[in-house]
Amino acid sequence: MTALVQTAAKSTVLPFAAAIILGFGIVTLAGHVQAGALHDAAHDVRHATGFPCH
Amino acid sequence: MFQKILTSALFAGFCAGLIAAALQFMFVQPVLLHAELYEGGDLVHFGADAVSAHPELPGFDLLRDGLSILFSALIYVGYAFILVAAMGMAAERGADINARTGLLWGLGGFIAFHFAPGFSLPPEVPGVAAADVGERQLWWWGTVAATAIALALIAFGKSPIAWVAAVVLLLTPHVIGAPHPDTLAGSVPPEIASLFASRALGVGLAVWSVLGLLAGYFWQKESAEA
Repeated sequence: MTALVQTAAKSTVLPFAAAIILGFGIVTLAGHVQAGALHDAAHDVRHATGFPCH
Repeated sequence: MFQKILTSALFAGFCAGLIAAALQFMFVQPVLLHAELYEGGDLVHFGADAVSAHPELPGFDLLRDGLSILFSALIYVGYAFILVAAMGMAAERGADINARTGLLWGLGGFIAFHFAPGFSLPPEVPGVAAADVGERQLWWWGTVAATAIALALIAFGKSPIAWVAAVVLLLTPHVIGAPHPDTLAGSVPPEIASLFASRALGVGLAVWSVLGLLAGYFWQKESAEA
């Protein structure tokens, strides 16, 4: 029981939260932001990946 | 911990992204380029003359297709971060993460990020009619979130209430319905649009499977070394 509590205390949510935010940031930027140059550059991949494109 | 996530996600995401680019060039891009001939008006569906189903398509374009490789890798690295973080949180709670279980995680990712949104908002070929892009994106994200939570409830929920909630979450986005255009004015033949949708989903399934498998493999490898 003590060991379990210690393990739980050592683990932290922060790295996971950071990774998830980073992941969503990348997907949003590459897949969803409508700014002209970004949209044109990512156009084919956005269609092929099934994102709403334009 | 963050370094472990970073390493696994970068390796798995980059490999999966390159495979995605290769499969897209082989199976999706020709359909997309064909559709663009209708989108741009070079070919006209139901015009006066019958149109060949096998037009000459542009070949490899260094800039355009190079950017596609780049963005494909980028998107799958992004997906990999989300996937590896979810795997890591499950691992901390005692779940076994390796290439075999990773495959299941990958299939879950495919369902959440491709199949569920595609069920009501099929992958669009250029030139089809569509509703406002902001509304579609909002629906897309909502569907992805609801489906991902539902899958987590199915996989890790321990009571019938969790499973019922999962079913409700899976159905809700499609009962609400995706934003669709008021009029159907798409210029692309249905044969091309449907081929595009199934190819895009098929490539998504293949790539997500590889992504999950690799993410599980690298996670296990990094854990063994730590």
